[in-house]
This record gives sequence, C-alpha cells and structure tokens, in this order.
Amino acid sequence: MATLDKLQAKFPGAFTTSSFRDNVRVLVNAAKAPTVLFLLLKFLKEECGFDMLTELGGIDYLNYPNATDRYCVVYGLTNTATGERLWVKAFANDPDPELPSVVELWNGANWMEREVYDMYGVRFTGHPDLRRILLPAEFTAFPLRKDYPLRGYGERHNFPIVTRAES
Amino acid sequence: MPLQSASPVLDDDIAGADQEFLYTLNFGPQHPATHTTLRLILTLDGETIVKAVPDIGFLHSGFEKLGEDLDFNQYVTIVDRMNYISPVANEIAWHHTVEKLLGIEITPRCKYIRTILAELARISDHLLCIGAAALDLGALTAFLYAFNTREKVYNIIEATSGQRFHPSYTRVGGLMADISDEVIELIRDFVATFPKAHSDICRLLNRNRIFIDRTKGIGVLSKEDAINWSCSGPVARASGVVRDLRKDEPYLAYGELQSAFKVVCGKGGDCYNRYLVRMGEMLESWKIIAAAIENLPAGPVNVDLDDKLTIPDKQATYRSIEGLIQHFELFMWNRRWETPIEEVYGANETANGELGFYVVADGSGKAFRARTRPPSFIHFALFPLLMEGHQISDVPAVLGSLNIIAAELDR
Amino acid sequence: MALTNLLPDFMVTKLDALASLLRKHSLWPMPFATACCGIELMATASSRYDIARFGAEAMRFSPRQCDVMIVAGRVVMKMVPVMQRIWLQMPEPKWCISMGACASSGGVFDTYAVVQGIDRFIPVDVYVPGCPPRPEQLIRAVLDLQEKVQKTGTIDAREFADRTTYEGPTPLARELAPEQAIVAPGDYRTATRLRPLPLA
Repeated sequence: MATLDKLQAKFPGAFTTSSFRDNVRVLVNAAKAPTVLFLLLKFLKEECGFDMLTELGGIDYLNYPNATDRYCVVYGLTNTATGERLWVKAFANDPDPELPSVVELWNGANWMEREVYDMYGVRFTGHPDLRRILLPAEFTAFPLRKDYPLRGYGERHNFPIVTRAES
Repeated sequence: MPLQSASPVLDDDIAGADQEFLYTLNFGPQHPATHTTLRLILTLDGETIVKAVPDIGFLHSGFEKLGEDLDFNQYVTIVDRMNYISPVANEIAWHHTVEKLLGIEITPRCKYIRTILAELARISDHLLCIGAAALDLGALTAFLYAFNTREKVYNIIEATSGQRFHPSYTRVGGLMADISDEVIELIRDFVATFPKAHSDICRLLNRNRIFIDRTKGIGVLSKEDAINWSCSGPVARASGVVRDLRKDEPYLAYGELQSAFKVVCGKGGDCYNRYLVRMGEMLESWKIIAAAIENLPAGPVNVDLDDKLTIPDKQATYRSIEGLIQHFELFMWNRRWETPIEEVYGANETANGELGFYVVADGSGKAFRARTRPPSFIHFALFPLLMEGHQISDVPAVLGSLNIIAAELDR
Repeated sequence: MALTNLLPDFMVTKLDALASLLRKHSLWPMPFATACCGIELMATASSRYDIARFGAEAMRFSPRQCDVMIVAGRVVMKMVPVMQRIWLQMPEPKWCISMGACASSGGVFDTYAVVQGIDRFIPVDVYVPGCPPRPEQLIRAVLDLQEKVQKTGTIDAREFADRTTYEGPTPLARELAPEQAIVAPGDYRTATRLRPLPLA
C-alpha cells in the first residue's frame, strides 16, 4: 500500500502495521503515541489525502489476550477522493492515559474525543472543551472501562422519590 | 444566500453573561421541536442566536456496555433500538460487521431480502424525518401522509418478522426466517403505490412558499465543512460530497443492482437541499426495491448448516442429532462462536449516514468491544456551526433537517 | 370537601359521575416521549389509529395544560430529574401512563444508566407492556385510565387523598455510600442549572 510506504519513509520505526479483512491498521504504542501521533495524523491528512475522520472510538484492552497496553483510541480515516480507508490505533496506559487531541485537524473529532473521555477517562491534551458529554457532569466513574460493572454501582437508584402526596 | 453573522457580538469575546443585552435561553430537554430528548443552551441577542451549546446524554442507556455482555445474536435486539425509526437497517449493519469478522459469505437470497428491507427502512426513516420536519414548520398534512405510508412499511415488516416495530430479524449468517409469498405480494403492492404517496408529499412541500421560506438558505453547510466535520449520508450529500457506501464499497446485493439506482446529491447544503436529497433518495430506494423484488433469487436464506454458524431451524433441532447439538453449541453461554482474536470495522449506508460498528473479538462468542459509529451523534456536533447567526425560529428547521435520533445520539 | 357536606349524597354521586364523564373524555396527554415508544405514540396519534376517537388527541407539550403524562421510552439517570419536575408542574388531577417495558421496568436495558422502572420515582397509574406496545395497546391503556377516572371520581379528590405513601415497588438498596452518591443531577430542583452548585 503506497500510503504505508510513504508513512514508513517519513516516520521510520514509529509504528507497526497489521491488517484483517479490508482493514489496514497503523499501530502506535503507548511510549511513542504522545509525540508521534499528532504528526503522523497531520501527515496523513495533509500529504496522503485522508481528509475525513470517519470514526474515533476508544477500547479498553484490560485482560485481552496478548495485549500490552490498556487503552486504545482508534482513528478511522477516509480519503473522500479515492474512498481509501486507513485505521490508526494509538495506545495509552494507566495511571494517567493521555493522547494529543486532533480537533485542530478535524473538527469532527471534537465530540468523539469528548465521548472517549467520558467513557474511558482518556484525556486529550489540547482539546478545546474536554467535558463529559453523555453522562451527568457529576458522575465519577468511567463506565466503559472493563472494571466497571454492567449494572453500575447503583448510581441509577440515587434519586429522590416523588410520591402522590408531594406532587 | 451566504451566511452573515447577524450580530456583531459574534466576533467579540462572548463572555455571555457580561454582555447585558445577551440572554440565555434553555431549550429542552423536553420540547416539542426536539422530538426526543436533547437540550440546547442558546445565547440570544434579541431573537438572533449568538451561540448554541448542545447538551446531550438524556438518553444514554449504555448500549455499548450491553454489547460486551450479549452475544452476536442477542445484541441484535439492542441495536434495533438504536435508530428506532429504521430498526432493520441497524440489524443489517450489525450482522454485516459480525459476518465480516467471522468471514461468512451469506446466500444470494439472504442478500436480496436484506437489501429490500434496508431500503424499506430507508424509506420509512426519510418519511418520518420529512413528516416531522414539516410538522415542526407547521404542515400537519405532510406528517399524516408520511405516517400513512409508514404504516404500509410496518405491515411488511410485521408480516416478515412478526413484530411491527423492532423485528430483530437478522441472525449471524442469515435470517430469522424466509419471507413468505404474502410478504412478496405486500412488497409488490408497496412498490405499486409508493410513487403516488411520494408525489403527494412532493406536491405539498416542494413548492410550498412557507416551507421554502423557512428552509432555503437556513443552516448552510459547505462541502469543506461537511468533510471536516465527518458528515455522511444525506447531510453530506446535500452539501455536494459524493459519497455513498452503496456505490463506493458495495455490500449485500448493491453490487448487482448498481444500474438500478443513482446517488442523489445537492449543492446548496441548506435545509431545503437536505429535504430534496431525502425525497430523491426515497425514489431511488423505491427503484432498488422494485428491481430486487423481481430478481429475488431462490434458495436457502441461511448459510450451510455444516459451517456451524447459523441457528438450525426447528425441524432440524427436534428431528436430528446434529441440529440439536448445533443448537446447543450456539446457545450455551460458554460455547457459541469461535471468533478470531481480531477486530474489524464494517459499515453500511443507512438512512442517516454511515452506520458503522467496530467489533473487537477475543475468541469468545461475545464482542469484547462493540463500538458504534453513530451518524446522528456526528451530525449533531454540527449544530452550533449551522445555527449561529440564525433566528430562534430556525432551530426546528435545522433540527428536523439533521434528523437527530436521540437513541443513536446517546446510545 | 365542602361540596360533600352540603349536598345530599345521591346528588354528589351524580355530580361526581358527570364531572368524571366529562373529564375522562377529554384527557390531555403530555407526551413525555424519550425513545422508540415515542414513535408509536406518534403513530397512535396519526391517521390509522387516531387517538382522537377517545378524546385524547390534544397533545400539549406544556405540562401546565395536561392531565395525563405518557412516559414513552426509557428514562435514564440524566432524565429522571426532568421527568420529576414535569410531573410536579402538572396540575391536579393528574395521571401517569408508563408506556412500554423500558419505562415500566427498564426492559432490556439493565445497565448502569437506565432507571429500572419510573414507578420508583413518580407515581404511575397504568402500565403498558410491550417493546414498544402497539398503538392498540396504548389506546387500551387510555380506555383503562378512563375507567379508572370514572370509578374513582375526582371532584372531592377522594382518590388522591388516599394515596399519600409511596406506591412503587420496594426501593432497591442504595448501593453507594452517601459520600459517594452523585447528588447533584439527581435533584429536580437544580438539575437544569448552568453553573455548578457552590459547595456546601
């Protein structure tokens, strides 16, 4: 794939690649991600024509077979001129998972990064407005982490009750 | 009409409360124009919107967490409830991804049936979107006409699966059941009557002065912005982004039906263009259905039983030992499918845009992670951009044209 | 009520029946539609099912004008305070229909965010099963509610006077320690504010 060769020449040794079905992936590990990731995505956008960020989502690889890093953020890039797709996976680790924000490159990343922060607690440095988006601002946990139970810790029951007499 | 910022404050520092003449209006979460649950905090200068801040999450129900708890067949009941005005399309997208993960090639008949249902779902989605948008702009009749046609789609879905709203009709490697002749008749009937219903709505709205005044030039989205903000589906196509997964990455039977349909695009990128694109897409969907129902291949709907991937039918389960064993294998919580330890992204062009699933499998029959790429979520992020400088009465027009579905927005 | 004391009994019964008759045939629903059931609610109101046949077509989105709140769809953490506030804004006499499995019990969504039945937090009169219920079922629920209005009568508020205690299921144990509990979004008085509360 021409893009990968170009990328290899520009960032030698910064990433590994893998593929499955029609997904071609570029993997940036937790040690390199804070420095390399933004430049790599910028290069992909400006030099390789990947002008659309189709997808940005988080994954928590706790207890996943053969996983080395815990958190992962997946960037799905699309070249709207050719329809080519490329997946970039960047990893981060506890205790303070942090990745550079790509809102500068794609405005569409704004809410998707907020969602990843909301669900996994991965902080994006340089994000203009990193707040919780789906859960109430006072919520304390990050529910999509693997160590958070499906039914929660009972937050859903902590509300005042309105009875007929009160209303 | 180019967008002019109507307020000089727009370019200054909007410290909001410091500027006495600006005031804040809370819009939602329960408001007729929001249809479902979303909240907007609008900073207003008179009636002009200086700044709009959406607040979402009022329907966040943990879909993706459930996706990690349920297996591939069970989770279909949950994705149903994601974009609840075209549920079948979600199921097809979900199982499209799972089948991509497992490497299953479904049978031709199954492909055609799924294509027909996906297009019916697109029609019913667009009908509701247009009907509700027109309702918010004061045209009740279009809403009633749209629902009349939607009821026909419901009838088809009900005859197909037994449930009129959330059919949960697809399974890994096939379908819950084959369609009957009665369904085919219903679909043929729908194909025969749909153009009339479509032109009724067209005649009500296309040249309706009030409707045009309230939608033309409102919420203009440029092509560059559409790409930069990750838009897809009718919203992107109305801005001139020529991208349709049915053409670009053909799946199901779209590869064979390429000649039956065209991609509908607009240039203006305003609410009226989005409306026209949706109306045009319905006619294209109608053509696809008409072509697919007449070319419906014969044969089984499930992949071969020997692959150990599909649920055997009742006959096989009760009358043969192999069927019984396979049934058990797929339903026991510690067996189910053997998946590769891999991850895959699969996307379908649904009515709202590109609905994708990113499935991470860890070898068991459940997804380790079932991430959804929700088009509504991505389109709603545009809202502040589209709204700035407009009047408060334009809020329903823009909301209606983006077709925000709360369950897909918040998941 | 004073009326009961002044008039002979049979008159009161008749008057009550008359009031109930009028009231039950002009229920104004407040469509608190959050999810899928909201679409079926729209289908019920539109041409094929036409809820106007039963006098309940005047959907008003302003709670101050409504008699019956139809909670259609699941209610999640962030929405509970909003729902409670809308319920409190409705004038007496008022009723509540919990439409669909999600509103009645949480349905398939047994997750951290979804409330397991709205009856834990507000009083409910009629439950409608189904996911989502067909329009016919919703119409049946409206008829049941009409029957309830007729039977109980409301002119002297007898029905409501009896119901002072909590009517829902046994409250689930609060699994969080008080200091860990998320307080602020849970309170309908403060849930829609824009700035954080000053710390107590």
